[in-house]
Amino acid sequence: MTTLDQKLGQPWKKPPFIQRAWLRWGLLLGFAAYLIAAFLTIEVNWSRVYEGLERGKQFILAFTSPDFVTRSGDIWEGMLESIIMTVAASVIGIAISIPIALGAARNVAPLPVYLICRSIIAISRALQEIIVAILLVAIFGFGPLAGFLTLSFATIGFLSKLLAEDIESMDRVQAEAIKASGASWLQWINYGVQPQVMPRLIGLSMYRIDINFRESAILGLVGAGGIGATLNTSFDRYEYDTAAAILLIIIVIVMALEYLSGIIRARVQ
Amino acid sequence: MLRLEKLVKTYKTGDQALKAVDLDIPEGQVLALIGPSGAGKSTLIRCINRLVEPSSGQVYLGETELTGLSSGALRRERRRMGMIFQEYALVERLTVMENVLSGRLGYVGFWRSFLRKYPQKDVDEAFRLLDRVGLLEMADKRADELSGGQRQRVGICRALIQDPALLLVDEPTASLDPKTSRQIMRLICELCKERGLAAIINIHDVALAQMFVQRVIGLRFGAIEFDGPPDALTPDVLTTIYGEEDWEATIESVDEEDLEVAE
Amino acid sequence: MPVHDWKGQKVWQLRTQRESLAHWVMWLVGVAIFAYCWQQISQATTWAFVWDAPRIAGDIWTRATPPRWEYITQLGEPIWDTLNIATMGTIISLILAVPVAFLAARNTTPSALFIRPIALLIIVSTRSINSLIWALLLIAIIGPGVFAGVIAIAIRSIGFCAKLLYEAIEEIDETQVEAITATGASRWQVMAYGIVPQILPAFAGIAVFRWDINIRESTVLGLVGAGGIGLQLSASLNILAWPQVALILLVILAAVVISEWVSAKVRGAII
Repeated sequence: MTTLDQKLGQPWKKPPFIQRAWLRWGLLLGFAAYLIAAFLTIEVNWSRVYEGLERGKQFILAFTSPDFVTRSGDIWEGMLESIIMTVAASVIGIAISIPIALGAARNVAPLPVYLICRSIIAISRALQEIIVAILLVAIFGFGPLAGFLTLSFATIGFLSKLLAEDIESMDRVQAEAIKASGASWLQWINYGVQPQVMPRLIGLSMYRIDINFRESAILGLVGAGGIGATLNTSFDRYEYDTAAAILLIIIVIVMALEYLSGIIRARVQ
Repeated sequence: MLRLEKLVKTYKTGDQALKAVDLDIPEGQVLALIGPSGAGKSTLIRCINRLVEPSSGQVYLGETELTGLSSGALRRERRRMGMIFQEYALVERLTVMENVLSGRLGYVGFWRSFLRKYPQKDVDEAFRLLDRVGLLEMADKRADELSGGQRQRVGICRALIQDPALLLVDEPTASLDPKTSRQIMRLICELCKERGLAAIINIHDVALAQMFVQRVIGLRFGAIEFDGPPDALTPDVLTTIYGEEDWEATIESVDEEDLEVAE
Repeated sequence: MPVHDWKGQKVWQLRTQRESLAHWVMWLVGVAIFAYCWQQISQATTWAFVWDAPRIAGDIWTRATPPRWEYITQLGEPIWDTLNIATMGTIISLILAVPVAFLAARNTTPSALFIRPIALLIIVSTRSINSLIWALLLIAIIGPGVFAGVIAIAIRSIGFCAKLLYEAIEEIDETQVEAITATGASRWQVMAYGIVPQILPAFAGIAVFRWDINIRESTVLGLVGAGGIGLQLSASLNILAWPQVALILLVILAAVVISEWVSAKVRGAII
């Protein structure tokens, strides 16, 4: 029992976030040591950076006068290819994700199916787009097919996981009411599950289309089609005005997609 | 001590929350503000310390006129007005002690407050206040670990450590059970008496108001309908403030409870 | 009304005839767009390669296995670089994201008309562009190396962190802020006492979450020359040293799994 007299005149300190002193200091010192080590090992060629500032300024200025015209043919073709890959991969990816998501939801699928679907998701999530793209380009050759397959594959991991989580957290009573009416499995999914997860599915799909488009912009770097190749070339040639034009187009399309998905999500919810 | 002159608040939506309110509160008077929801009670309180900007009219705290003050001068004047909130409005992720000391923010500089290096005098006062409301043990607990009544006590400490001349109290009991409500009301009124503070207590529980205060103001549609001692609140008066209802039951039950409480 | 008479019987349909027509047209357009996309992709594809793909995949697999384990000794420094790119990039981006988030949140922005749109523009433009593209750009400006990678990750993460953070700021409990304001606190004190404690858990969560993502992203930055293990990957790919590629991919996979585990642990501890 502490009394007022004991406290009066005593300095007060906020109790620390981590109670054990050795752990608190250990973590702090460890982090500081890491930061110092990291700083020391990052080699920065400051004279090169200083030279680069001029080019950086040029690049920023290029945004005020982007050149859409000189390489308009390349830009148009690359953009179209990116969009085509995005659309096709999103459609196929979403279509495949739905059954896998059902399979990966423990309250819908039996255990063996659940394990298979979860491992598909784990593999797809662990492998990055760009690495998958490198492998697929090696296997299928250059071109948008590799990009399309990469994006479809990545969509499966993303969408199935989030959708499966949504299915697992759905309202059990509604689904049971449908089952109680004597519905078959497919009817049960259609009436008991689908209406509950549909808004989320649409929202996630819109989000994934957005991501797919952004990713499609880099797949060209490894030869998997899309605007990336054009962008890379324009950087290599220091054609900053063309690069700025491409980046602006990407930003505008992403903004438009976000705006659109906002409207669609507001409508379905 | 506090004087409102023709205080008007019109919201952007066009709702007139206050219609030329005139009010004069002498030193040390505890006053209850009653009235139906939407009568402008909260707006009135918030117009005094300008959490809500009044549209026109004057607020005098002592000799100082508040509505025309610059933000720096306003902050200095706000120190003289402690405020207690309906939902306690403690910063939930800070400790009880930090919440109490936050009442001194107007007196200490930014870095001192940021590093929690308050003057020893403030720390002692915080402990004294916590002891007074019976929460000394809880000083290093996080505010969200406390019960509703305890939180409101911390809120009271935060207002008092400002060393105010006036307390603005907004529905202090609305989120509390009846027993705790009375304890809190009694605590507020006792503390006001001890320190000679004036207080405006905005409250919807008429019975509770009658029990503790010296003066009642009835607000309806942003205008003062009643101003008098609590025992002048007759069913007729309540009808003009709230509208038609059987008031006898309310008032009678007050009397019974009053006896109980008075012991 | 979706109920109509059909030979004297009332028939119920989910949609009215006009609605169902619109529905069908929508599907038709969708299918047509997809068919067009597919046709374009297939035109650009050399199908002979595709039919040959299983054989090539098998070929690569036999060349890549077993991975060249002893190569791991040369991967120490690239792994260290990768970790640094992700961590330093995250720290820098957080430092920059905090003011942007405060300027972008409706309840804290000093000017909703001028400053907020600028902050939102910073958020959307840094978010829309992949870190690989930022890396390309920075390499063109300041030359290849780890530093370009750090800055690329930092820029890319600003938008992400600032967006999540400003959403958290917009969701805070305003009465707590009001209470601190009423004590006569200055603008900065209100921020430190009323707002910061409320968003601190969100901030910590965002930091760890983004760090996890940045570990993934920094493993591939080397492909364009921005340092880290990706440099080794691209070098090995160029000389078709498949056993080395296999080992690097395993290392990347391990890094991703470990960082996800760490981030899940830390987030669990915070919340």
